Amino acid sequence: MSGAVSGAPGIVIDVKGLTKSFDGHTVVRDLSMQVKRGTIYGFLGPNGSGKTTTIRMLCGLLTPDSGHGTCLGYDIITETDKIKRHVGYMTQRFSLYQDLSVRENLEFVARIYGIGDPSGAARGAIERLGREGRGEQIAGTRSGGWKQRLALGACTLTSPQLLLLDEPTAGVDPKARREFWNEIHALAAEGLTVLVSTHYMDEAERCHEIAYIAYGELLVHGTVDEVVAGSALTTYTVSGKGLRELTAELNAKKGIMVAPFGVNLHVSSRDRRALDAAIARHRKDPALKWTPSEPSLEDVFIELMGRTRDNFQ
Amino acid sequence: MSALARLGGNGFWRRVGAMILKEFLQLRRDRITLATMVTVPLTQLVLFGYAINTTPRDLPTAVLLQEHSDVGRSILAALENTRYFKITQLPRDAADLDHLLASGKVLFAVEIPAGFERAVRRGEKPALLVAADATDPVAAGSALGALGGVIQTALIHDRLIPESGGLPFEIRTHARYNPAASTQLNIVPGLLGTILTLTMLIFTALSVTRESERGTLESLLAMPITPLEIMLGKITPYVLIGFLQAALILGAGVLLFGVPVVGSLILLAFLTTLFIATNLAAGYTFSTLAQNQLQAIQMAMMFFLPNLLLSGFMFPFAGMPQWAQWVSEFLPLTHYIRIVRAIMLKGSTLADLQLDTLALFGLMLIAMAIAVTRFRRTLD
Repeated sequence: MSGAVSGAPGIVIDVKGLTKSFDGHTVVRDLSMQVKRGTIYGFLGPNGSGKTTTIRMLCGLLTPDSGHGTCLGYDIITETDKIKRHVGYMTQRFSLYQDLSVRENLEFVARIYGIGDPSGAARGAIERLGREGRGEQIAGTRSGGWKQRLALGACTLTSPQLLLLDEPTAGVDPKARREFWNEIHALAAEGLTVLVSTHYMDEAERCHEIAYIAYGELLVHGTVDEVVAGSALTTYTVSGKGLRELTAELNAKKGIMVAPFGVNLHVSSRDRRALDAAIARHRKDPALKWTPSEPSLEDVFIELMGRTRDNFQ
Repeated sequence: MSALARLGGNGFWRRVGAMILKEFLQLRRDRITLATMVTVPLTQLVLFGYAINTTPRDLPTAVLLQEHSDVGRSILAALENTRYFKITQLPRDAADLDHLLASGKVLFAVEIPAGFERAVRRGEKPALLVAADATDPVAAGSALGALGGVIQTALIHDRLIPESGGLPFEIRTHARYNPAASTQLNIVPGLLGTILTLTMLIFTALSVTRESERGTLESLLAMPITPLEIMLGKITPYVLIGFLQAALILGAGVLLFGVPVVGSLILLAFLTTLFIATNLAAGYTFSTLAQNQLQAIQMAMMFFLPNLLLSGFMFPFAGMPQWAQWVSEFLPLTHYIRIVRAIMLKGSTLADLQLDTLALFGLMLIAMAIAVTRFRRTLD
């Protein structure tokens, strides 16, 4: 890599204390994170939690109010021009030209980045998309999933060292999502670092590492197993009759979380003793079947979110 | 009535009402649009109401005095008393006088020949030469029409000629550059500038706002491209389009209306390109200031109207009060109207037009500087 000036070797993103507010409303608060080269780093969190704002600060589209750090070894405040050259940023909303053809869009990007043979590069990208002969179609007329793959193709066309993908699979069907993730893994295998934000738990589990952000604060990070283990949650899966009444009763108790999963109910808490006390009566109910189980990532996040919201209220 | 009643029965008015309410709510959110609805008509009304005057006053006039005599002085005083003319230059010779007229510094050139007074006294009916720049026939026309009467009245008043009988000399007027005082010779060059202004402004006024409304701006900003590069890239294609448009209007003007191109076609092409680029830069500036396409169009129209009304195309420039003339010096069309009339009808050269050329260049650079500094490189 050219021009790595700071940060530990092998660290692609290294930021500390990033804070950003809009109109007095703090969107990102004291956020620090490190991302290692070649990892797929999942960025999770509810809507409005500051994921997009963080990504925009990393690629120079927003200037943090405070905090500092590097992206690809370049300062995120003073060297945004260099960052832009080596980062592929895929926006949440499709942001290629809807009225240009697939080939024209790709050639435009190639020319901006000064790629020697723009038409050759575009042809290569169309081949990689596996849709030969579709290069002349107008981008705006394609399906949502195809557009996202096209946008990814445009991002990777310029041989970036880091991909920032902002909810790339929102509103995309499961098959297209799977294809999309296969490509991301193939790219990571070639040494590319990928930071991807998502709402989908199944996608989180495809990441090497994840971070959970809510209300502008990064709450946990690590591998999926680490995050689950670190949550210290005790979880029971409940099935049977009368789940609705049970949900209402347990929801009213502090520190206990109830989440429906299909016909089952996940009941979890960080306080094992309180949980056991609260459910003691119901465990004897013959209509209910209680099974101790591993908390799912979703249980962990729901609990985290609930806890953070309490802190902010 | 029955048709409306039938529609009403189906909740027609409820749905229309819902739509009306929604439109008002959206309008209320767009503060700038709302503000322009009030301020634009008011400022334009005040501006144009006071500035526009179809009866021109204080038209700049050069007088070549080949002799110093009472009759001559009386004629000069009479000219100024009409308030149509304002003697701004006293050239030394005929060549100087011609140059003043050609460069557009004066609209009228009056020559009192040597031996004029003596010839008047002898009853030889000498000629008082009045040349008018008739590239704008409206400005020249009314002033020329008043000439004979006011001079006679002045001379009678000064007791230099008897009360009865006609003028003891001949006023020989010459409508320069447009001898037939044909309005088409004025309209075609003027329309060339007006049409170019309108289309060029609209082309670029939408360019950046369209990118931000469609969401493509975010990607563009994340790419390694500078604001200056974006601006030049967005303006250049339209320079070519504007140039073709200009060629079309000019070609039609020559073919259909027989408008001459006395001067250099190359100079006209060069300065037209400069004018096109200036308007594109102005439009692009609006595009960087506006938040959406509607606002950009409103700004473009706010700029276009004074260009149309104060440039000297619709109403005589010299007829406007001093402050309005200063305002219009900041409008590209003012300078282009002078340039295009001068090249097409007078055959002026770049040396004659250097001030207007520099003004266009300056306006273009100002607009570009504002655009590049206003263009936000981030989404902050």
